[in-house]
Amino acid sequence: MSQRAFADQVLLLAERSLMRTLRQPANVVFPLVFPLLLLAVNSGGLDAATRIPGFPTDSFVAFALAIPFIQGALFATMNAGTDLARDIQTGFLNRLSLTPMRRIAVLAGQLGGVVTMGFVQALVYLGVGMVIGVRLESGVAGALVLLAFAVLIALGFGALGAFAALRTGSGEAVQGLFPIFFVFLFISSMNMPRNLIEIDWFRTAATANPVSYLIECVRSLIITGWDGRALALGFGTAAVIAVVSLALASWALRTRLARS
Amino acid sequence: MRTFAVARGVAWRTLHTVFTNPSLFIPGIVFPLFFFTAFAGGLSRIDSVPGFDYPPGYTAFQFVFVLLQSAAFGGVFTGFGIARDFEGGFARRLLLAAPHRTGIVLGYALAALARWLVTAAVLTGVALAVGMQIGGDGVDLVGLYSLAVILNFAAILWASGVAMRLRTMQAGPIMQMPVFLILFFAPVYVPLSLLQGWIHAVATVNPLTRVLEAGRGFLAGTPTEVATAFAVAIALAAILWLWALRGLRSAERAG
Amino acid sequence: MSQLAIEARDLVMQYKKGPRAVDSIDLEVNAGEIYGFLGPNGAGKSTTVHILTTLLPPTSGTARVAGHDVISEGPLVRAAIGAALQEAALDPLLTGREHLRLQAALQALSRAVRKPRADELLARVGLEDAADRKVGGYSGGMKRRLDLAMALIHRPRVLFLDEPTTGLDVQSRTALWDEVERLAKRDGVTVFLTTQYLEEADALADRIGIIDHGAIVAAGTPAALKAEIGLCTVEAVPAEGTSAERVSTVLARFGPALDSDHGAAAVRLESAHTGLADVVRALDAEGVEVENLAIHEPTLDDVFLAKTGHKLEGAGAEATEEREPEIEAT
Repeated sequence: MSQRAFADQVLLLAERSLMRTLRQPANVVFPLVFPLLLLAVNSGGLDAATRIPGFPTDSFVAFALAIPFIQGALFATMNAGTDLARDIQTGFLNRLSLTPMRRIAVLAGQLGGVVTMGFVQALVYLGVGMVIGVRLESGVAGALVLLAFAVLIALGFGALGAFAALRTGSGEAVQGLFPIFFVFLFISSMNMPRNLIEIDWFRTAATANPVSYLIECVRSLIITGWDGRALALGFGTAAVIAVVSLALASWALRTRLARS
Repeated sequence: MRTFAVARGVAWRTLHTVFTNPSLFIPGIVFPLFFFTAFAGGLSRIDSVPGFDYPPGYTAFQFVFVLLQSAAFGGVFTGFGIARDFEGGFARRLLLAAPHRTGIVLGYALAALARWLVTAAVLTGVALAVGMQIGGDGVDLVGLYSLAVILNFAAILWASGVAMRLRTMQAGPIMQMPVFLILFFAPVYVPLSLLQGWIHAVATVNPLTRVLEAGRGFLAGTPTEVATAFAVAIALAAILWLWALRGLRSAERAG
Repeated sequence: MSQLAIEARDLVMQYKKGPRAVDSIDLEVNAGEIYGFLGPNGAGKSTTVHILTTLLPPTSGTARVAGHDVISEGPLVRAAIGAALQEAALDPLLTGREHLRLQAALQALSRAVRKPRADELLARVGLEDAADRKVGGYSGGMKRRLDLAMALIHRPRVLFLDEPTTGLDVQSRTALWDEVERLAKRDGVTVFLTTQYLEEADALADRIGIIDHGAIVAAGTPAALKAEIGLCTVEAVPAEGTSAERVSTVLARFGPALDSDHGAAAVRLESAHTGLADVVRALDAEGVEVENLAIHEPTLDDVFLAKTGHKLEGAGAEATEEREPEIEAT
């Protein structure tokens, strides 16, 4: 099959993935509104934390702006997973596999839609941040790097959701991942820099938690500027998540679509 | 008395459903524990913010919020069950069978309370196990837990009113969102005095702030705004009782 | 000799932790015919279809569809077949037209052809008015029609229909039957149709294969199958005041007794020369009065009963609902 034909298939399925998301307003509005609502609430409630000696910034909203980007990735997982699970349950995946479509195009198309939404979400979060007065210390270049990072984590988390869907064929099982992600999000440096977490076990857990590095990567672009270590750890972590998730999803796809 | 018999029946059945289904029972206990861990554990450094003055410490400070949050969400979770009953048709059976239908609402409320008491016991146990300090005496603690009970009652009334009007599981987010907002627009992480800007303004007018601050005062042994807090909680419950009853009438009319 | 459109030899599907869903079946379907695959729930019909459409590799055995091997030439098989499987397999958020355009694009139809072909099929299945509505709002019959249209978009030579009329009302069912006949007779498409409805197989199929517990128990034309198991049955309902036993005793002279409902007596005639008149004369001679007397031609249910020992209608109730074949197959 030519590269052109494969690209066409991926584009078609990505278009369908996007169309489905846009036709379910809750899937568009909720991932945009809820993280920003939480940002507003937490920033207001925790602003006093900036007075803790050693707190890296005097604006909690700048500190916390990183969180919606990660929450957005979480929603990407859920949406990719439940959409794919629905395709499995309705038999639509079987229908697709009866066409000349290459197996991997299913995954690529689904993730294409998810990544596009992730990019749009990231733009919105950045825009809102700027409107409420947050300045990116890393400037315009930093904003571009941030968008690239948002795309990478949407890809990685979306693939994780796709893996769960392909492995279980169940939307409920995908939804069951939500509490797990919730735990990873909260037991991290989400609300407090790791060096200011007093409780030893919590600090250890946050240090072991890959989500901390994702948050800190975005945060560094906003409040620090160019922090090579944070960027390396963040992009490295995101890349590992993406590679592992994609491998798992591809394997699950091969098993799910056992066709010759 | 017949109302109470109906209430007992509904409560028994609801509790039986919950306690025999781990997927219904476990989240109600796990989530408050998780929040307690995340807030008290991750944010404990806040006690070094200038102006933060709560003698029992940050763990106790967060315990009060999580206790009240668990009471409120305990009511909402039971509300999901009511919505499920309507969607599945079981509620119609209850409406047909019960001679005194207010007993149905009361029954759900009793069930919500019983569920929450289990959660509260576990949460309290864990908090004590991690060394939470208590400044208040027995009377103060009764005051704290009484506020939580009233809040739990108010929340189930809110959720049942929504469930009986909409009669579908899709009502879930509508039940949850206002409760979530009212909880988080209160002084969750720091006292009211340390809030600034718009959040301070919102928290000042938020009725839950009075309840929360009174609860923290009870735990610290320095009761504050007790009368206001109880008045607010009871008024909220009274208004939502009417809301729930009108919801019941709406469900009866729908048949 | 006409070319075989579908051919299977010793086909087996053994699930790792489960039953043998397909148990060494042999199949031959001629090009251009309508082949009815008849059996109760859980018999192995859908599993067979999944194997023949390359969705599921068999545990052992061989199968060729449209001249290509389903294992080694999967893509060629898929290019030649269309399938409307047990679920309508539609996306509730897309419109009918969008479904057809997507299917056309994925089947690599050229851009110039996609729109006219979609329009043609929408008209053919009677969905022009609903084409731009989301499928989530379609009735069951409309979904089945769209499903069929999608299966036909690339003009397949072989069409697989897995229980296409289950859950449809009489009108929709009849319309679908008409379309299937048109496809076979006018367009020369080979149709492999699975069903649990006797009258559907009887009405549509040129030839039938009857499957039970994964094995084919009978195959042939409907007429030949019925003739094979033989003869008519006679059923008599006693008049008021007459015992069923007296009726049974008279009827027993003409053949072995059969199960019957509502106090009636029934026998299968042993001789092809025995007619209703003979039975009437015998009853009259004994002074046995009957309220109702009927003679029945053998049905496919009788064929099924003769071959398997149980009736088709109601069979499979104890078997698990034939599940969507799962991925843990050996």
